[in-house]
Amino acid sequence: MSLTFDEARHFLSRTAFGGTPEEIRRVMQLDRAAAVEQALAIPTNKAQTAPPAWIHRLPPLPRVRKHWSQAQRKTFHEGLKADGQELKAWWYRELLSSRYPLLERMTLWWHNHFTSSLHKVKWPPFLYQQNVLLRLYALGSFRTLLNAISKNPAMLLYLDTQSNRKEHPNENFSRELFELFTLGEGHYTEQDIKEAARAFTGWHLDFHTGAFRVDLRHHDDGRKVVFGKSGPFEGGDILSLTLEQPQVARYIVGKLWREFISDRPDSLEVERLADAFRKKNYEIAGLLQDLLLRPQFWAPENRGVLIKSPVELIVGTTRLFNLPLEDTLQRIAIARRLGQDLFDPPNVKGWPGGTRWITTSTLLDRTQMLHRAIRGHETGHAHGMAVMGQGPGGLWLATEPIEVVQATLLPFSPVQSLMEAEERGQAVHQLVLDPVYQLK
Amino acid sequence: MNGNGLDRRTLLKAAAALPLVLLRPQWLPELRAADTNEAGTRVGNRERMLLLIELHGGNDGLNTLIPYGEEVYYRARPQLAIPRDQVCQLTPQFGLHPALSPLIPFWESRELACLHGVGYPRPNHSHFRSIEIWETASDSEQVLDTGWLSRVFERYPLPAQFTAEGIVLGNGDSGPLNGGKTRTIALHDPGRFLQQAGSVRPASLATKNPALAHILEVRREISLAASDLQGRIRQAPLLTVDFPANKIGKQLEVAAKLIAAQAPVAVIKVTQGSFDTHAGQSATHHRLLEELAQSLTAFRTAMKQLGSWKDVLVMTYSEFGRRVGENASHGTDHGTAAPHFFMGGRVKGGFYGAPPSLRDLQDGDLKHTLDYRAVYATVIENWWGLPAVPLGTGRYPALDCLA
Repeated sequence: MSLTFDEARHFLSRTAFGGTPEEIRRVMQLDRAAAVEQALAIPTNKAQTAPPAWIHRLPPLPRVRKHWSQAQRKTFHEGLKADGQELKAWWYRELLSSRYPLLERMTLWWHNHFTSSLHKVKWPPFLYQQNVLLRLYALGSFRTLLNAISKNPAMLLYLDTQSNRKEHPNENFSRELFELFTLGEGHYTEQDIKEAARAFTGWHLDFHTGAFRVDLRHHDDGRKVVFGKSGPFEGGDILSLTLEQPQVARYIVGKLWREFISDRPDSLEVERLADAFRKKNYEIAGLLQDLLLRPQFWAPENRGVLIKSPVELIVGTTRLFNLPLEDTLQRIAIARRLGQDLFDPPNVKGWPGGTRWITTSTLLDRTQMLHRAIRGHETGHAHGMAVMGQGPGGLWLATEPIEVVQATLLPFSPVQSLMEAEERGQAVHQLVLDPVYQLK
Repeated sequence: MNGNGLDRRTLLKAAAALPLVLLRPQWLPELRAADTNEAGTRVGNRERMLLLIELHGGNDGLNTLIPYGEEVYYRARPQLAIPRDQVCQLTPQFGLHPALSPLIPFWESRELACLHGVGYPRPNHSHFRSIEIWETASDSEQVLDTGWLSRVFERYPLPAQFTAEGIVLGNGDSGPLNGGKTRTIALHDPGRFLQQAGSVRPASLATKNPALAHILEVRREISLAASDLQGRIRQAPLLTVDFPANKIGKQLEVAAKLIAAQAPVAVIKVTQGSFDTHAGQSATHHRLLEELAQSLTAFRTAMKQLGSWKDVLVMTYSEFGRRVGENASHGTDHGTAAPHFFMGGRVKGGFYGAPPSLRDLQDGDLKHTLDYRAVYATVIENWWGLPAVPLGTGRYPALDCLA
């Protein structure tokens, strides 16, 4: 059975960054299974936007830095800041233009799961490389992703694996591995963390090559007891032992449920999906397919119950209104004010999201951002309608019947109903500033 | 309590009609010394402000309030221990980190209370879980979903002229003010807030959609707060104090402005961090403490100028302290108990509680000597003068550290 307008709209609001009436109608020709299949049929796992020039650069070694003058230090730090901005701009361009929005959504989701920040890592090329890794396996194997991310330069630095040595184990990584990456709080003991930390000793980033290496001089090859099993485990063994825990699949499925369906996961369904995820060897695309075919995903009561993240709001609005793409620096600044600075999550738990996105302060900033986008203040256009009429992508705002415009912009009726015979620019402005526009 | 023939409500109505310039805090404490609710029972000193400082990330207590008289401290921290001659000595056993030297005048005028060994039984080492425990005043294994202050305000609601329970500054979240019916205003910049709030219209609509309900509620809070703050800020006295131009300095400057404007809220929360010093602790910790101490000095000066220092209680908290022994990265890992501080014009300066032993450890961590809920009880009972509110399962007697 082919999809209704509202179903197709809902599908695009959760798996893409929303859709124009034309994009919605294209999805309407499909049934649920075909729509899900099409969204997951992504022929690439790489970004299409050309990366910055410096992505393979290695950080200067301490013995070089040591001899720097005050001025050299200053230039270096300013350079880092500029590179960080360039990195963010690069990802925004990909988010805004990608033909595979689900791939970008999942990359963003993993960025919020396996977090690292410029603030701590202090080397933009490592964050770029991490982003490439997250996209590479965004819809691939969770097992492969977990193994790769544990050896990823940015992660080695972000969670201090770098200084985890036999003589003085550093527990930061092993704690977050269990608490945030795989099991969730309450499914491991403090002892498990301490023992696992020992297994990861000696893992580090070789600053001469930029590659992962195990330094056996600093590795503790003694016996460890983790999850009740004992052996002379090393890091890889810990990851395998962790993936044997049925809780891992439950934890990931529950989190994805909150991303794609609602913030109230159905525990029976989670159990069922988790079971299949585990049996299919942690294939993420397969799990997403199962998840998106759950009746709960399509249920009318679950439409418009999630709050758009700042990045979704900015990227979605830009795509929907066909706003000019150039001004990425502005977007970075706005997103930061709205509480989501890409490559700089607040801490290892990532952005808290959900209703936490909306505070008195961020709601005002969201309103202002939308107001300006519609009025064209930040795009150089004096009038909103000029933006709307610009290019074929934004024309629908002026040409489609107002009912279609409303059903495209909002998941359900606005808090403030439109007056009849309202001027079109006015009507669009009112719909976008309606609280319901904040929902997906 | 109605000996002067005026009940609280009439008085406040009358006060609201007065020009704001008359509403100086100097005379407010006398007139507002206590409150009555509908039933006429006494419900405390509601005009008193609680200023919360979250030391985000887990502040290293041992290098904040330093047991410099203990040899064990120096043995546990060959790299990180603060040399004896650099410690700002308060007693022959304890002293402050040198970066906290701006707080010495607080100590000398007996406006700084140091609470030893604050923590809770069966400590959790996760940032997220442990701060949740602190914020909700739960036991270690108990999960509660409302903040401890939200529960206080639910039980003892603020009088009607309060537009919100709390204002959150900086990047922190509402934490102890989270959940329930608590109204929290997140404010980065009051000027910007007021300018933008003009475009928000409150809408009343019943909805079963929790996300939409949340947005509508936030809109309502914005409208109420904006219309109230507008007038107050316009008429507030100008501050003549220079605050440090860093994040905590700016937050405390806004806090001081809000207090000068008599923002009708009971709690202001600021955040300093991150104190999660796993590696290279010395420089970071020094900077964070120095910024904090300098900003607090400016704040105290501003409060004294306004005559409000007696109406503000400053309280620090953090998810945990850090491990006794340093790690190999010149840092410290997640620990347990840590000292915390009260500051203010009504604080009885000195040390409270027993310092935790550096010899009798639990898996390398300090054993707490004071339950954090006793600190909360002190705020509830001795600062606001409210009856005790149950926090967790035990009994946590308030400390006698406020005059």
